[in-house]
Amino acid sequence: MDYTIKVGGEAGQGIQTIGDTLAHIFAKAGYHVFTNQDYESRIRGGHNFYQIRISHKPVTASRSSVHILVALDRESITKHEKELTPDGQVLYDSQMIMEKIEKPNFLDLPLLEFALKYGGSKVMSNTVAIGAVLGMLRMDPTIMYQTIENNFKKKGDAVIRANIECAKAGYEFANKECLMCSFTLLPFDRPKMIISGNEAIGAGAIASGLKFYSAYPMTPSTGIFNFITEYAKDYGIIVEQAEDEISAINMIIGASFAGVRAMTGTSGGGFALMVEGVSLSAMTETPIVIVLAQRPGPATGLPTRTEQADLLFALYAGHGEFPKVIFAPGSPEQAFYLTNKAFDLAEKYQITAIILTDQYLADSQWSYEGFDLGKIKYIDYRLREERLKKIKNYKRHAFTETGVSPLAIPGQSENLVVTDSDEHDEEGHITEEALIRIKMVEKRLFKKIPLIKKEIAPPLIYGDKNPEIVLICWGSMFGIVKEVVDELINKYKLAMIHFSEIYPFSEDTRWIELLKRSKKLINIEQNATSQFAKLIKMETGIHIENHINRFDGRPFTFDELLERVYANIK
Amino acid sequence: MPTLNDYKGQRPAWCPGCGNFSILRAFNEAMVELGIEPHQFVIVSGIGQAGKFPHYTRCNTFNGLHGRTLPVATGIKLANHELIVFAVAGDGDCYGEGGNHLIHAIRRNIDIKLFVHNNQIYGLTKGQASPTTMKGVVTKTQPFGVLSEQFNPLALAIALNCSFVARGFAGDIEHLKGLLKEAVNHKGFSLIDILQPCVSFNKINTFEWYRERVYKLPDDYNPEDRFLAFQKSLEWDGGIPIGVIYKTKRPTLEEQIPVIKDLPLVKQGFDINRIESILYNFY
Repeated sequence: MDYTIKVGGEAGQGIQTIGDTLAHIFAKAGYHVFTNQDYESRIRGGHNFYQIRISHKPVTASRSSVHILVALDRESITKHEKELTPDGQVLYDSQMIMEKIEKPNFLDLPLLEFALKYGGSKVMSNTVAIGAVLGMLRMDPTIMYQTIENNFKKKGDAVIRANIECAKAGYEFANKECLMCSFTLLPFDRPKMIISGNEAIGAGAIASGLKFYSAYPMTPSTGIFNFITEYAKDYGIIVEQAEDEISAINMIIGASFAGVRAMTGTSGGGFALMVEGVSLSAMTETPIVIVLAQRPGPATGLPTRTEQADLLFALYAGHGEFPKVIFAPGSPEQAFYLTNKAFDLAEKYQITAIILTDQYLADSQWSYEGFDLGKIKYIDYRLREERLKKIKNYKRHAFTETGVSPLAIPGQSENLVVTDSDEHDEEGHITEEALIRIKMVEKRLFKKIPLIKKEIAPPLIYGDKNPEIVLICWGSMFGIVKEVVDELINKYKLAMIHFSEIYPFSEDTRWIELLKRSKKLINIEQNATSQFAKLIKMETGIHIENHINRFDGRPFTFDELLERVYANIK
Repeated sequence: MPTLNDYKGQRPAWCPGCGNFSILRAFNEAMVELGIEPHQFVIVSGIGQAGKFPHYTRCNTFNGLHGRTLPVATGIKLANHELIVFAVAGDGDCYGEGGNHLIHAIRRNIDIKLFVHNNQIYGLTKGQASPTTMKGVVTKTQPFGVLSEQFNPLALAIALNCSFVARGFAGDIEHLKGLLKEAVNHKGFSLIDILQPCVSFNKINTFEWYRERVYKLPDDYNPEDRFLAFQKSLEWDGGIPIGVIYKTKRPTLEEQIPVIKDLPLVKQGFDINRIESILYNFY
């Protein structure tokens, strides 16, 4: 069982509502789900779609062929009809698109008419469509009714009843009228959780003791902002919308200096403004976490689309020389745990940790059995209250064996906490003494970096243990490259090497040996210049000959990537 | 009780005769007279001669980047509203590089006391025009004289309904000290623009020049009259008023955030077990 449902239409038609609700129903039924979205930078009109893949096995990418196309406008049919599988069906409303299509696999369902008749409002055509999709799949509707009840709980019984009537009408109509529908679903299993990249980062941050989040809204990072805001009151978090990204990063530095865990989120353009703050965090040794959710540039670029082109920018962000950590999760699950690790390392070493994602990962939803809170690390590295009060002659930037100085909270004892963006002495006062400068660089850089490197996990190797062909990728490429490996593993001695903890490189260098031993290295990146391959060359000297790049702002599709890998192998 | 000795900081690197010395003295005396201990507050400063201020007294210090004092101070205040938070900046720092932050800090009415050392020139970079340099003044980088209108921080602040707006003069330490103390006791965003002669690079707006022009607001002046205050803020050529120009009562940002109603953020614990309910929402 492996089906893909695509919901297409104009912005503002409710594509996301239909997609999200269906995805949650399938996950609740215990199926594995993967969703991704393609939308334009506009509030109304244009062409958007939401794609859901369901299977009884874990799925980590979307497929190009569609089994059910829900077309809310004519363009969805024009654009996506060719993606239908031989048994693929189209659900549409001839009244809505003002055209009757006489083809056997087209189910004309009066979405608007039903919505008015059973719900009393046109808005509920979305609910009719949800019911109809389940009817086409001949799936037991019980979970759908529960989900609707849950979704509209706040709106009261009348709204719940109306929506259930609409869903039921859509379900029964499709169940009866779709004679060509021949889908077979496997029985329900244990409910899965379904979570997007942005949500996983938000949840990971809250699970890491986040107390302060400041940001300026920017696609595709805004979902994190919204998520944290939703939980802010219950979890004791202050969320402050800054006047610009410069303010956002300086606010989190201030909050962190005052003693709380703080984070900001943005995309490339906002990060460009934040860069001076990255350098400030380094000089003052103030821990912060930044989420950089990439979208195609330069400048405003393609605001709602995806790219991995800010890797080297993030790597070099900030004037001067200082350590930082960069993580690039490949899935919501990795995003959850790596966000936690980012908070831990940022505070432990008093540095900036950057979480590098992109629109594709930010908006994609994956399903899981669950996340393990036992794997979450929470150690408070700050010197506070009673422990701080006992200290005499505290020096914020004291020289130590590890280069890490005690991180005290100002105002909780008579010790003064002094820091400066100028070079400073151990107490934090401005200095231009050459010897102190040298010792400070040694402390911030040379002493900390080897310790940080020890914390970094090696890349994930997946596939053949002694591969001849290695597919190299990082960040959000994880899911799709993994599926390509699954497809080819029986034909070739092939493996994937995926980097999620991308900088600094791990001390465990077994993967370098693996690359050197393999006959063919193929680097796969969602950018034009293979930035990660450059980083590998810089760090290891290994030159990668073969590259698969995509930079039109759309994620790789499975079939396309498979074909391009084949082209490189032959 | 603290004494002036508790406020002995690093040796200042300012030019002899700099107006900053008077501001430093007024500040230290104000703290002593208010009975505030050095660890009970934090000074956030930026870049320029004013940025070095916290090093020359004794206090918790965050000497950050040029123009960014207010965002850092905002983060600190929100994380720990029990701390008294001062921001100290120059005219270039706060009115030039950080102008946007000033507007929004006033809007937020976060309880930060901002002291701007306004010497109407860039001192540290040796004599370029600042936003408050008067129109027509010729400098190395303004060869035809300053072509832009002089920035009026007080009028801007009053226009934004800033909760405390004052002007001080480094040549009158007692009066300035009074203003600093009043700002500390005021609840809400407080701006004190301090006329501070730069003895090295501003040969126009000297101690003499200011002495001839500044006058203290009369005792019967009503600083709660916003229209009158706006009028006062526009005075310059015929005499420069010093004192509390405008004040009003507005709820502070931190008072309006339910999360910190009972306890400052920094004192709130963290319980990982509560996270389970977030994850539950994903099923």
